[in-house]
Amino acid sequence: MPIKRMNGAHVPHRKNTAEMAAVRIPVPQQLVIPMSMHIGAPAKPVVKPGEDVKVGQLIAEAGGFVSAPIYSGVSGKVIKIDELVVSNGSTVPAIRINSDGEQTVLEDLTPPTVTDYESFLEAVRNSGVVGLGGAGFPTSVKLKVDLEKVDAIIINGAECEPYITSDTRTMLDRTDEVWAGVEMLQKYLQAKRIIIGIEDNKPQCIAKFNELCKTTQGVEVAALPSMYPQGGEKVLIFNTIGKIVPEGKLPIDVGAIVLNCTTLATIAQYIQTGMPLVEKCITIDGSAVANPQNVIAPIGTPMKDLFEACGGFKTEPRKVLYGGPMMGIAVPDLENPVLKNTNAVLAFDEKDAKPPEPTACIKCGRCIAHCPLKLMPADIEKAFSLERPEDLKELKVNLCMECGCCSFVCPAKRPLVQVNKLSKAMLNKYNAQLKAEEEARKAKEEAKKKEEEAANE
Amino acid sequence: MNNLVVSISPHIRDRADTTLIMRDVLIALVPVIIASVVIFGPRALLVEAVCVASCLFFEWGFEKICKRPNTIGDLSAAVTGLILSFNLNVGIPLWQAIFGSFIAIVLVKQLFGGIGKNFANPAITARIVMLLAFSGTMTTWNTPTILHPAADAVTGATPLTMIAKDELANLPSLGEMFLGIQGGCLGETCTLALLIGGIYLIARKVITWHTPVAFIATVFVLSLIFGQDPVVQILSGGVFLGAFFMATDYATTPSTNKGRIIFGIGCGLITVLIRIWGNYPEGVSFSILLMNILTPFIIKWTRNKPLGGVE
Repeated sequence: MPIKRMNGAHVPHRKNTAEMAAVRIPVPQQLVIPMSMHIGAPAKPVVKPGEDVKVGQLIAEAGGFVSAPIYSGVSGKVIKIDELVVSNGSTVPAIRINSDGEQTVLEDLTPPTVTDYESFLEAVRNSGVVGLGGAGFPTSVKLKVDLEKVDAIIINGAECEPYITSDTRTMLDRTDEVWAGVEMLQKYLQAKRIIIGIEDNKPQCIAKFNELCKTTQGVEVAALPSMYPQGGEKVLIFNTIGKIVPEGKLPIDVGAIVLNCTTLATIAQYIQTGMPLVEKCITIDGSAVANPQNVIAPIGTPMKDLFEACGGFKTEPRKVLYGGPMMGIAVPDLENPVLKNTNAVLAFDEKDAKPPEPTACIKCGRCIAHCPLKLMPADIEKAFSLERPEDLKELKVNLCMECGCCSFVCPAKRPLVQVNKLSKAMLNKYNAQLKAEEEARKAKEEAKKKEEEAANE
Repeated sequence: MNNLVVSISPHIRDRADTTLIMRDVLIALVPVIIASVVIFGPRALLVEAVCVASCLFFEWGFEKICKRPNTIGDLSAAVTGLILSFNLNVGIPLWQAIFGSFIAIVLVKQLFGGIGKNFANPAITARIVMLLAFSGTMTTWNTPTILHPAADAVTGATPLTMIAKDELANLPSLGEMFLGIQGGCLGETCTLALLIGGIYLIARKVITWHTPVAFIATVFVLSLIFGQDPVVQILSGGVFLGAFFMATDYATTPSTNKGRIIFGIGCGLITVLIRIWGNYPEGVSFSILLMNILTPFIIKWTRNKPLGGVE
């Protein structure tokens, strides 16, 4: 176990719902299922308006290699296929399904036949699973690697964001499925070393998996300090196997694969029962929510139904988030649906919603001291305001994972993450410009060369 | 329902803000205030109050005139005023103290853009300007009244001037020096109080140990090398006040730990060189100001290497 760990911030835990087993919400009336709930090509609808669907039925197939199929979480009727503005501002096609409330499961739902690595990958692809911890990268693509290169598979149960306890519930309520997943990784990926990384604020989870590890070779639990962003991929890799993923490389380049624990449980569920990814356990919490709890809801359930299932609001919500408060995305209305990678929906009251007023940077260096990747946010902000992309390049702003530690600790309440995002865009533009200039120069040289050759002849 | 705030993450912030940090510095300075009053009598408190009040006034007035937002609420001007007063002796004429506050706040801080933007430490620069402008009153030391309660205007000398004049026999004992019963500026004599305040700041994570430890250790080691009594050298003059409260000023010192160590070593080195070869018996102020000027370069040399970055 490496002693050196990445820096981070001591964020409040607020795991109010950790002890609450997830409750299934009443069947929502309508699902809105966007075709882009993952990184990569949008899925292609395979159902038509008016068509009847059942729980577990394929409604959209993968739209390319880096893509994932989508299944219905309710039985009912497809009413239309239209467009939806998603939280990043882009417009994507979306299937709307009116449920009949029956939750009739598709009859020919059978477990896939998995015998080796290839068929396992095929099953992962058909399960519709993407990185459920938040990233949304299609898991089958992540697992398609040269198995020789894999030194360790790290199961991410860190769950370092405040409030969120849905992975905690996965580890406690679906322990068997997580463990079945671990055994599948050993069987089909010949994983020599599997590490289950859990923050030490979840002693129950640690104890449960420690017990299971006693009987199995090659699986260990890493109890990690509760230090945000412990569950960040690069952070988790460094803190468990001590390796740094270099710029522009993937975890597999240092011999690691990181899988979220719910991702793994869902893969196991599909391979055992044939039921693909159709619903999620979601933490509903925040200062505006009447009864915070964990709920199980079909993917595509509008947020308003989630809150209704939790007794509505105790005060008027002024900010609603997908995900936790450190990296979550604020949404403009409650029509936004549950996505595959939604693990929490939080609603905050007036007091918590207002972003603080920034004051002058006092150069205290806290942002620098807390950055897991040892970036220098204060210097990045300066370079950005002076419009110096060459400095941004040197400061490696492109490495920033936008975890939010710098903004969180800043006593002047400066919007450092926002500046980092904008700085990345500035740097990309600058790099593109450099590339274009370089190409223009080459083309010119080539033309000159040809001219000279023509003249010589 | 359509009045939801959409803002960028993170959506929670740490409780600490600029005011809280400055309040911690003021709390850390309370033992020093108490020590100064015990050692030099009630006029110490008057000098301190005048400096704090005039710094707050100049900050407020300048921002009013320039139509800038009022920042006296962040308490940074109060910290500057208090530290400036600690650099003066108890007999300083009050108008000179007010002049010093003007230099610190208006010339050194506000003209460069206000909090966080000044490159030189306001209190130190003001002290140096005063030392040149009022060399008489700035180098007239009052003997601690705690020693001579009856006569409160006995003129004494600081241990460093005694050393400079080779009057080693008059030196106070080490115990007296540690408790601050020696001639000197208001806030620099009582090492015990400064140590309590400094440890409080480190415990509260307002400052890190790097600069003070590097500073004090450098003075200690170099004094030893140059044949001085190292304990006397660190206990007399402004080493502790400078190391814990002035060489750790955020705006004018490096913000990486590596940079802070270099800064501390530089301060210690210049302090000892001035004490040994300079015309002034004391060199802490000059050393910090000189290192302030070097800070941008130290920052450049000690930039963090991002994890995973490739050239």
